[in-house]
Amino acid sequence: MPGKLKAKIVAGRHLPVMDRASDLTDAFVEVKFGNTTFKTDVYPKSLNPQWNSEWFKFEVDDEDLQDEPLQITVLDHDTYSANDAIGKVYIDIDPLLCSEAATVISGWLPIYDTIHGIRGEINVLVKVDLFNDLNRFRQSSCGVKFFCTTSIPRCYRAVMVHGFVEELVVNEDPEYQWIDRIRTPRASNEARQRLIFLMSGELQRKIGLKVLEMGGNAVVGYLQCFDLEGESGLVVRAIGTACTLEKISTFPATATHPNNSSPSKDMKDSPQAAPSTLGCRSTHSSPVHSASSRLSQGFSVSVPTLLFAGMKPRHRSSEVPRARQCRQVPHDPHDLVTTLPRTCHPVLHWQTAMTSPAPLPFSCQSNLVYSLKMPLTNQPGFGEEAPGVPLSSGPPTPLRAQTFSSFSPSKSYSRQSSSSDTELSLTPKTGMGSGGSAGKEAGPLKALLRQQTQSALEQREYPFFTLTAFPPGFLLHVGGVVSARSVKLLDRIHNPDEPETRDAWWEEIRQEIKSHAKALGCHAVVGYSESTSICEEVCILSASGTAAVLSSRFMQDGPLDTEHRFEEVVSPGCGFCHIPYDELNIPFPAQLTYCYCCRRYKVPDVLFTTIDLPTEANVTGKGCLIQARLCRTKKKAQGEGNATAISSLLPFLEYELHTQLMNKLKLRGMNALFGLRIQISVGETMLLGLASATGVYLTALPSPGGIQIAGKTPSDITYEQHISTMQKKINDTIDKNKELYEINPPEVVEEIIGSPIPEPRQRSRLFRSHSESSDEVSELDLSHGKKDAFVLEIDDTDAVEDIHALLTDSPTPAGFYSCNTEIMPGIQNWTSAIQMFTSVRVFRLNANLTNQGLNKIFSDLCENLLKSLYFKLRSMVPCCLCHLNFTVAIPEDELIQVAVTAVAMSFDKEQPLENGKQSGEKTLIKAITENDEQLQFNLELNAETSSHNPLSSPKGLSEVGSHLSARDRCSSWIEQLKLKAHTIRRGSVKTTSSLEKASPLPEGRSRSLRSNRSYSGSSVAVVKMTPLSFIPGAKIIKYLGIINMFFIRETSSLREEGGVSGFLHTFIAEVFAMVRAHVAALGGNAVVSYSMKECVFMENPNKNQAQCLINVSGDAVIFVRESELESTSVQTQSATTHTSNGGEGT
Amino acid sequence: MSVELDVFVGNTTIMDKEVYQLWLNGYTVNDAVKVRIEGGVMEECEASAEVLLSDTMDQYRTFQMCERLLHHPAKLANQLLFQIPPDRQAMLIERYYAFDDSFVREVLGKKLSKGTKKDLDDVSTKTGITLKSCRRQFDNFKRVFKVVEELKGPLVENIRQHFLLPDQLARDYAAIVFFANNRFETGKKKLQYLTFQDFAFCAGQLINNWTLGAVGKTNNMMEDMDVDLDKEFLQDLKDLKILITDKDLLDQHKSLVCNALRGKTNVFNEMEANFKNLSRGLVNIAAKLINAKDVRDFFIDLVEKFIEPCRSDKWTSIDMNLYLTHYTNSAHILDTFKHHAVWTRYMGVIKSCILRMYHD
Repeated sequence: MPGKLKAKIVAGRHLPVMDRASDLTDAFVEVKFGNTTFKTDVYPKSLNPQWNSEWFKFEVDDEDLQDEPLQITVLDHDTYSANDAIGKVYIDIDPLLCSEAATVISGWLPIYDTIHGIRGEINVLVKVDLFNDLNRFRQSSCGVKFFCTTSIPRCYRAVMVHGFVEELVVNEDPEYQWIDRIRTPRASNEARQRLIFLMSGELQRKIGLKVLEMGGNAVVGYLQCFDLEGESGLVVRAIGTACTLEKISTFPATATHPNNSSPSKDMKDSPQAAPSTLGCRSTHSSPVHSASSRLSQGFSVSVPTLLFAGMKPRHRSSEVPRARQCRQVPHDPHDLVTTLPRTCHPVLHWQTAMTSPAPLPFSCQSNLVYSLKMPLTNQPGFGEEAPGVPLSSGPPTPLRAQTFSSFSPSKSYSRQSSSSDTELSLTPKTGMGSGGSAGKEAGPLKALLRQQTQSALEQREYPFFTLTAFPPGFLLHVGGVVSARSVKLLDRIHNPDEPETRDAWWEEIRQEIKSHAKALGCHAVVGYSESTSICEEVCILSASGTAAVLSSRFMQDGPLDTEHRFEEVVSPGCGFCHIPYDELNIPFPAQLTYCYCCRRYKVPDVLFTTIDLPTEANVTGKGCLIQARLCRTKKKAQGEGNATAISSLLPFLEYELHTQLMNKLKLRGMNALFGLRIQISVGETMLLGLASATGVYLTALPSPGGIQIAGKTPSDITYEQHISTMQKKINDTIDKNKELYEINPPEVVEEIIGSPIPEPRQRSRLFRSHSESSDEVSELDLSHGKKDAFVLEIDDTDAVEDIHALLTDSPTPAGFYSCNTEIMPGIQNWTSAIQMFTSVRVFRLNANLTNQGLNKIFSDLCENLLKSLYFKLRSMVPCCLCHLNFTVAIPEDELIQVAVTAVAMSFDKEQPLENGKQSGEKTLIKAITENDEQLQFNLELNAETSSHNPLSSPKGLSEVGSHLSARDRCSSWIEQLKLKAHTIRRGSVKTTSSLEKASPLPEGRSRSLRSNRSYSGSSVAVVKMTPLSFIPGAKIIKYLGIINMFFIRETSSLREEGGVSGFLHTFIAEVFAMVRAHVAALGGNAVVSYSMKECVFMENPNKNQAQCLINVSGDAVIFVRESELESTSVQTQSATTHTSNGGEGT
Repeated sequence: MSVELDVFVGNTTIMDKEVYQLWLNGYTVNDAVKVRIEGGVMEECEASAEVLLSDTMDQYRTFQMCERLLHHPAKLANQLLFQIPPDRQAMLIERYYAFDDSFVREVLGKKLSKGTKKDLDDVSTKTGITLKSCRRQFDNFKRVFKVVEELKGPLVENIRQHFLLPDQLARDYAAIVFFANNRFETGKKKLQYLTFQDFAFCAGQLINNWTLGAVGKTNNMMEDMDVDLDKEFLQDLKDLKILITDKDLLDQHKSLVCNALRGKTNVFNEMEANFKNLSRGLVNIAAKLINAKDVRDFFIDLVEKFIEPCRSDKWTSIDMNLYLTHYTNSAHILDTFKHHAVWTRYMGVIKSCILRMYHD
């Protein structure tokens, strides 16, 4: 009997009138947990009953505590007929099961009815007494903390990052059970809500068990999704990253240091301290990945492109998929390297059989792809490769790409099969040792270390991480986006206890992702996510992430000290851009150049990722939201035919989305995408693709070339003119955008560009002197080097469309910025004004539209939605829409639904950004400037020490290390000088403007108003909501637990409720209200990492009916304003009560 | 292609003051969009008409959803559905309960019944205020009336607390309730020149001086203490008749006033000539107030019996003030006149009302 749940029903208010005669209600409450039910007395004739019940006690297993919600039903007593239900409240007990989260749930919670919506509120008190469970075969996982946040939560430190956890549970959907025909809609909705509550509880418990098994104590980046598969059932699945977290003692250090300024010194030591902990914990065989947070600002390396995964329709009968030939034929000799005779494990064979039909990891590298044309007409299905699309089958040589890989005797391109790769990796190690060239000393060791990391990661099933932001020093290199999709036909789930089919599906996809990552020379996938799109019986499963190399310093068995040295010296601002793959075996045709920051390592010309922009990245100018939108018609079909049709369309969809993204990126003069999310939605007669990302200009990467339009028939003069005007338009737009986003690459880069090719080439020559065979390749690469203007052939219908799409994107209005990531590069000085919102639009299309027509409509739909948002939020200018998360769906044949959730955050216009220096340094400089602007000397000194800190601090730098960092210093030094110059110049402006700033912010105003004016009974605490993991100007002092809520709303009086818009408007507002109320009841004053994961809307206007399902999640937290922290250095607890009492009005 | 559904929901409910006003004014969505376009918001924010339409619809929907809360403003503060900053809440309430002077003049003193509501379309045509807006204002009056009717304690304070209205607005509502309750006639042609604020001022005077609550006789916890006139006082007013029925008293009063005024005004002759008429007028009004029907005619009587004669004699406001001051004070010097308290209570209100009403 490991737990006692106690609940007390205090009072109700604003109840609906249930008795027409008296205009009053005789309310009582049923409290149910598991199979036990308690009732309160009837409180007669009141709309504001005071039950003040005794404590109802439920003695239950902790397993049940995790699975079951507490169900509170408010009813109207009726003497003569059955009691009428007023509504229900489901309370998730989970936050109470963890000692570090909430201790009590207490407050007014909305009483919800699936037909009538919110009907009054009820005041409850819920507590849990947990007994220690000594049973080691226990089925519960109480105490494991869950976070939706995809980074290490703010008041925790990661001791270890264990890795990927996943689970799914299936069940029949109550809506499709036979009984649904005879029960009321209300009963059916409630059955569904309850079932999903149960399933997600169970899922969470199971994931928790896995985490405990791995030795962790928390799940970060917890992503739970529902697949409403209709007839075939209901799937609830979740993924996350298991971690061992440690609470940071909140006070002394953090109160004074706001967000990023990590006290670097003491943190530096922590990796050394870590091993002992690690040793103790390694009870299980799977390698544990550890990371201590806030180590330093170190980061390194990256790579460019999007690697597309193949699609494979798997059919009910999982017969061997057809068309598995031909995949391995490379088209470009340069992509091809000699195949090494390899020892094939049996495993390998099996794997090949599994994945090879899916083969097309065709990776489109921008520059080449554009001149190519895809034969859209006679596309021979998924079996054949689109000619001309470069095949990516580069083997992941486990060498570090930038280690001047003069030696690569071992080339193979069996990208699938982890086993063989591990084996292969041994070869270069020895090769490297003898191949003495510039980076020599580092070489072998690095290779070795890398290998260890890699093999350790490879041993685990999926080296995936759902995190999108990392403790400093964790992420070393980024390879590029990897994604995989597969089309499946849904079949009835016969036995809910054995969800093997669904598991197997996801396994396949994850394997594929893993192999793609390998092809990019990466051993891990970060920013990983999974999604589905279902239409009738066809289901598209998608997974995507960013291939990356993670620091082996955090490996539990790695030689920590040595590794430490190597990783630390890479300059943090550009390190992650350096390619992780072998330059000679680039998995796709990329143009590599030397890093524009450190000049030492190779970088790609474009970089796509699904993660957030690392805080320490060097960025020039600001970023912006970039979207590619695509609509493709398809024929109506059934079953396998449909699946086949869809899977043959998918590659083209992805390819075109990629093309659009690349075009738009170039048009904005940028060279990297972060937070890339490609969503593909399937309907009966069309496919929708929406790719959103945040474009930035990474200082480390080369400046993107313009876009060149080339006509096919040069003879025609008018045609030429047409082209030249188009060209001019494009050039103008690029220039305008560069100005708008303040993209003016630092002159340091320019100077060196003065003699761009010779220098690096010479260097490369030098390094390469030993490897004759590879010379050719490198030469070729470099010759591509500078002509990156990319050619769009105008004859191509696609190209016309592209250009059209390019030019129709209207710029954001003045004062607005937008991004879909957590951080907007170049904006730091947020005010505390934030506004989270959800906007939903549904469009009805006319029948018989062409692809182009559809495209335009879809694109306009998104553009107009954005315009509306800008208009709505105009009072917040200057402001940035952050974490703009679009989801598209095709709810019915001719409907397109777009839903957006985002947060608008105001910032102070003054203090525009310089180039993306480390924010720590910036705040420092800012502070100095504010204090004393005359003391330039002082300023210089300070800036210098702070920026060099991360470089110089690692103890015992090896020779190579210091050599490298000296270079880093050189280049960054000049930038710093410039930065300082700017800051000084701006100094005077700043001080004056800070006076202007003193005009009251909306928040301040409202607060003062509140204090002046006392409203009777104003008792509603303000709860902020944001999709971001932080609240500007505030410090999160406690995480209270995860919020994961699922609601269904239905109406049969649609017109009376204001039509579809009125209905959905009310419902979304109700969902917000319920989230806020539950957070407030937990004692919180904000929800971070909030997301609306599902919004399924169905209507039948003829019957005057509509139904909507919404699933939301987030982390309930307590935050304290930094200003309050500073002024009153009170203890945590009193601060807590302080904020919860007097929340601000935003 | 058409937008089937279009909603925007913010965690903090976004409400545009300008659109709110248009909504309150009863504009249709399309008219509101037109007004906004003319207002130039489009150029300011680089928006299109489409965006404006979507925004307006959305705001209108929000307001409609809020409206039922606005009917019980206290609920707005502790409801959970909309998160609205307190200053916004105050704005919403204040504007919702604001009314047009031209409208209120039409219904002031009328019974707030369904019958009156039916006639609102006439009022709408007459005033140029949309019917929708008229209905809102009328319903507000009625709602406040009904709530206050059942409450004990001071009227203005009740209104302010129950409807969270700012002080001035609460006073205006008190006037409206007071007028509706006593059914004062305000619609006659002769009264047309008076503004609502004139009446509101007078109502304030009456509430503060002539009701039960005014004298402090009550323990502050009586129903209708501010709404109904003090019956006892009205009864006592009859005693004032002596001022006109007793010929000596009347003459004495006249000579006292005339002596005091002589040489101080240009209209002295007219004053002297009219004294008895005017005095009779005022005292008769006082004496009749015990009849509910005559209470209704209070203002029309004041105008007919006093203001109009003076105006035709071209008295200035200063003359008026002078006259009334001496007229009131002189009565206290009369030896046989005993009803000083009643006289002061009566004349204080009469004087300030007349002074307020004495304009073109």
